[in-house]
Amino acid sequence: MEGIFRDLHWGKGISIQQYLQPLTLPEALEMLAEYHGEALIIAGGTDVIPLLRRGDLRVEALIDITRLPHMNYIEADGESVCLGGLVTHAQVCSSALIQERAGILAEAAGVLGSPQIRNVATVAGNLISGQPAADTSIPLLALNAKVKILSPAGEREMPLTQFFLDQGRTALDCSREILTQIRFPALQKNQGGSFLRLSMRKALALPILVSATVVTIDPEKKTIKEAAIALGPVAPTPFRVLKTEARLRNSPISKGSLEMAAESAFAESNPRSSLLRGSMEYRKAMVKVFIRRGLSRALANAGGAVTEEV
Amino acid sequence: MKDLNLTFNLNGREVSKKISPNLLLVDLLRDVLNLKGTKVGCREGECGACTVLVNGEPVNSCILPAMKVAGQSVITIEGLSKEDELDPIQQAFIEEGAVQCGFCTPAMVLTAKALLGKNPHPDESQIRQSLSGVLCRCTGYRKIIKAVQKASLDK
Repeated sequence: MEGIFRDLHWGKGISIQQYLQPLTLPEALEMLAEYHGEALIIAGGTDVIPLLRRGDLRVEALIDITRLPHMNYIEADGESVCLGGLVTHAQVCSSALIQERAGILAEAAGVLGSPQIRNVATVAGNLISGQPAADTSIPLLALNAKVKILSPAGEREMPLTQFFLDQGRTALDCSREILTQIRFPALQKNQGGSFLRLSMRKALALPILVSATVVTIDPEKKTIKEAAIALGPVAPTPFRVLKTEARLRNSPISKGSLEMAAESAFAESNPRSSLLRGSMEYRKAMVKVFIRRGLSRALANAGGAVTEEV
Repeated sequence: MKDLNLTFNLNGREVSKKISPNLLLVDLLRDVLNLKGTKVGCREGECGACTVLVNGEPVNSCILPAMKVAGQSVITIEGLSKEDELDPIQQAFIEEGAVQCGFCTPAMVLTAKALLGKNPHPDESQIRQSLSGVLCRCTGYRKIIKAVQKASLDK
């Protein structure tokens, strides 16, 4: 029986030497330092545990930080919204504050994995895994989020646009740093957002394409003052289509602007063909659809609906 | 590797065990505590057959290190019936014929339990949403949803 298990399921358990549950942040940093890169922080562990079981990842110790106090808050701070490093997807999608001030993030958090996963998986963990399809990273990029990172040397804050370096790799040094907070400006009256996700099924499905769009409009001049559009997984990291955004700046709210943006983002994205996610050609074609649809919905939510047929 | 002390509340009773840091919750339940009602499907956090309630919320016990439940309360399918009396959700599953091979049933019943605890009269889309983390390959879900509806009407 054990043998069958090994063949079919890689291995039953994980293989670590120590499981640590620190009660304070300084204690957690100290534990990390002691292991010199041989320990890994986990919160929900929903990404890390399967990797350890498959043997795709090996560590001496796991440092479970879910016992740290004051890390699972969602609160407004002036015009910003702040999420503690231990906030789960379930908390985000049911938070009235997030639904009101950043609806696209609530939507994204509500479709990741399954209810079981969302109950334990944290948003910070979703970012740190650095996957190009990470559901919450896309709206957080479009919302101009920043992340706070703590190390023994002190705290630093960086824009999320600089956080993702490559597939599975972020600016966070896992051997000595902890992501403690995610912060972003709440949407204003002349702003609107949209979140779109294409997948094979309605639940428990990896995304084929995800887009998040935030537009700021000038209702007097009927123009797009600013557009922030994030896409995944069509490149090694989730990313903002910056060239397209630059072209959209101060352009009229019109079907023509949407068409121009769709063509521009099509040229900017670079998906691979994937058995799980569909062919490169299909996904690139869908980028156009998502840009048009995402902009049109975001504009409507900002109070500047495109009146021509799209 | 040093064994660790784990104390938690399981189905209303305090349990203390010395366990390996490598043990996942589903293996603690099945192999150490001999509670075989919790099933192992994919061991990947996909199929949901291993679902148990931790502090009332459904989680996948196959990807949860057992040490995570220290000091917490865990409910498994064995904890639902009282003496010889089935939980109304279990009863409704029988009456509606919502069980075929039975492999997903404990997880379905527990997620329904968590849902009805929070929302005693959910609509169909809320039921579908809350059961979406458990895969059933026999029933096509229809009768399972009917059973949950029945249990909610009897409430």
